[in-house]
Amino acid sequence: MKFGIVTFPGSNCDYDAYHAVVDQLGETAAYLWHKDRDLQGADVVILPGGFSYGDYLRCGAIARFSPIMDAVAAHAARGAPVLAICNGFQIACEAGLLPGALLRNASLKYVCEQRHLRVETTDSRFTAGYEKGQVVRIPIAHGEGRYHADDATLDRLEAEDRVVFRYVGADGGSDDRSNPNGSLRDVAGILNEGRNVLGMMPHPERAVEPLVGSGDGLALFESIVARVAA
Amino acid sequence: MTASFRIEIRVVPRRGILDPQGKAVADALHSLGFPEVGDVRVGRHVVVETRAADAAEAGRRAAEMCEKLLANPVTEDFEIEQVVPV
Repeated sequence: MKFGIVTFPGSNCDYDAYHAVVDQLGETAAYLWHKDRDLQGADVVILPGGFSYGDYLRCGAIARFSPIMDAVAAHAARGAPVLAICNGFQIACEAGLLPGALLRNASLKYVCEQRHLRVETTDSRFTAGYEKGQVVRIPIAHGEGRYHADDATLDRLEAEDRVVFRYVGADGGSDDRSNPNGSLRDVAGILNEGRNVLGMMPHPERAVEPLVGSGDGLALFESIVARVAA
Repeated sequence: MTASFRIEIRVVPRRGILDPQGKAVADALHSLGFPEVGDVRVGRHVVVETRAADAAEAGRRAAEMCEKLLANPVTEDFEIEQVVPV
């Protein structure tokens, strides 16, 4: 299976994503330059984390108009998988691939630490390898990760089982410290309507081996591979 | 024939959406002896120099710029404050 990892000017998690899918899973991957227009036959597109275009104007606001994004949107429209992580999630929201927006953390602080997430649905090609309700440790690293959408959108995301991850405490419950950024309804990751685009602020690609603190993100990549290969 | 215009645009977080930056500024103003201060929101001021047939067209194009790029329709409101011939 081939992954296409988009590199925008300012992306800095593209190599981590490559490490996850090539070194850990043994799949193939290509870096896709933001000015390219084709996906080089990628089965799965990853929009990685970073600070594309210096986060100027708003995070992801300028990257969404990169030439490669037309191909990414067409790929998503075909129902093919797109994994949008951190800055990639911000770009996907700006591009309209996912609803809502990511705003400045309520604390106004950049937060970089391991957090606990609860897997809210396994009905997705990204999380089929987890147990529903499973608590995983995945790091976050962002200053603008507060998920915002209007109430009707949030209700719909919940009704359609499209909230994939929520921030929780170590015990899987929520308290006043379990939400690191003020995201509405503790949302850490969501699916699009077709369930083929996942946007999440936490970094599963930085949690693929115990050496770096957690291997809990590996199952997400394994789920994608299992589903696409099937 | 086109003429040059300077367009001033204000983009602010929509009312009702938590603006932690505005809240931090409000808290600072309170502690500096401005207890009368209520809600504060911090936004952006964008100055665009452009060309258009007339001021009305310049304003219309500026609104399109806001809808497409300069403001996020999910969270922000924009206002074209002035269109000035230069």
